[in-house]
Amino acid sequence: MTSLLEIADLSAEVAGKPILKGLSLRVGAGEIHAIMGPNGAGKSTLGYVLGGRPGYEVTGGSVTFAGQDLLALAPHERAAAGLFLGFQYPVEIPGVSNVQFLREALNAQRTARGEAPLSGGEFLKLAREKAGLLRFDMEMLKRPVNVAFSGGEKKRAEMVQMGILGPTLAILDETDSGLDIDALRICGEGINAIMRQPDKAVVLITHYQRLLDYVQPDVVHVLADGRIVRSGGPELAHELEAQGYEATA
Amino acid sequence: MSEVLALPTRKDEDFRYSDLAALGTVWPVARETIVVAAGEAGSLVVVPEGELVARHLVVSLEEGARFDLFVLNAGHAFGRVAVDVLLGRGAEFRLGAAQLGNGSETLELVTEVTHAEPDAVSRQVVRSVLAGSATGTYLGRVAVARGAIGSDAEQSVRAMLLDRTATANARPELEIYADDVKCAHGCAIGELDASGLFYLESRGLSPAAAKRLMLQAFIAEAFVGAPDEDALAAAAQAALAGLL
Repeated sequence: MTSLLEIADLSAEVAGKPILKGLSLRVGAGEIHAIMGPNGAGKSTLGYVLGGRPGYEVTGGSVTFAGQDLLALAPHERAAAGLFLGFQYPVEIPGVSNVQFLREALNAQRTARGEAPLSGGEFLKLAREKAGLLRFDMEMLKRPVNVAFSGGEKKRAEMVQMGILGPTLAILDETDSGLDIDALRICGEGINAIMRQPDKAVVLITHYQRLLDYVQPDVVHVLADGRIVRSGGPELAHELEAQGYEATA
Repeated sequence: MSEVLALPTRKDEDFRYSDLAALGTVWPVARETIVVAAGEAGSLVVVPEGELVARHLVVSLEEGARFDLFVLNAGHAFGRVAVDVLLGRGAEFRLGAAQLGNGSETLELVTEVTHAEPDAVSRQVVRSVLAGSATGTYLGRVAVARGAIGSDAEQSVRAMLLDRTATANARPELEIYADDVKCAHGCAIGELDASGLFYLESRGLSPAAAKRLMLQAFIAEAFVGAPDEDALAAAAQAALAGLL
């Protein structure tokens, strides 16, 4: 099994406060990993560090993504290399339409990889197909990014973005929060359709078992106090759900 | 009118933030008179040209007349646009303006809108983007005359500073001498939202492309409904590219 993502002894701090304290994780191509853990364990920080968010400072360790030093890349270079970060709180960008933004983003990625940019028509065909997967109204894609979207719509829009951008590795930070039962199923099916492929991988950051009912993980990790303290198969998620983090960690 | 010919000083409020040395090279500024007859409608796009440039429009709207003015003030070492507007009964004036400055440029927009008679409407949307050590100034006075009841005036003024060394001056001002009027002004000076920039970059846009996209959206608000909105937006975009 080729390792797509390899995190070794990663430490990071935010505003001088250590959050990640020697976190190690290997994700192979074709795998889906779930990271669960209590509030404040460092789950979202892990996502932001991998995405390269300013203010999240790496103080030790390494991250290798598809053979490259991920931490040496700027956020947009990480995206072009095939990384997608699903936000727990997707940001509203007034005045910028989803379609315009995603076409520019996709073509910037394609140009960086030496691929030809998509024409307007080609892009719209792709966008329509991916929106359809998530049962997301194309008209909403013409509206400003996340503005006046409900919590559930924002999360589905994130998955549409993921479908359009076609990453090899998706780090999804609490994609299940703010979703009702139907939206949860639609998002879960979308993740499977887009990402469950032999050359792709997903890291699902979540508090709850419920998303994992739709997106079956191969490996489940418990993140506590900045480290992976336990790893196991899908049954670990059920155990956590039944017993809580304190009993298991 | 001798006061028009004497070069103003900093004591003159309308020139308080001006580049007087530059102003001296284009002084006196000829007044361009625009009259829109009762019930008629007109529009004008002003994109001043030149290193050092000043324009002064004097607009008079007769009863029920409408006038839409769009201004793109960008790419001048000194660029000043002054607009005086006199509104008759039920007249409507709209201004959409963007000032885009870089280096040590000084850009100014000075408006004086007088609601002389009842039921006139004025709407001003001004967006400034300032980089380097540029200075962008908006001085906007709205005067509602005695008896001009039912006046409706709005000023929306926002400036974005791309560098800490840039300066934005914004002074919306209301002088109201009538009852039963609706006057609102909003004014904000800020920087681009960092979480928005990271969001766009995380999807593959370079930092410059992410900024350009957000700034384009920011200034687009000024040009909504312009006669040739696309051409104006393209000109603004070209000027923006020079700021990033």
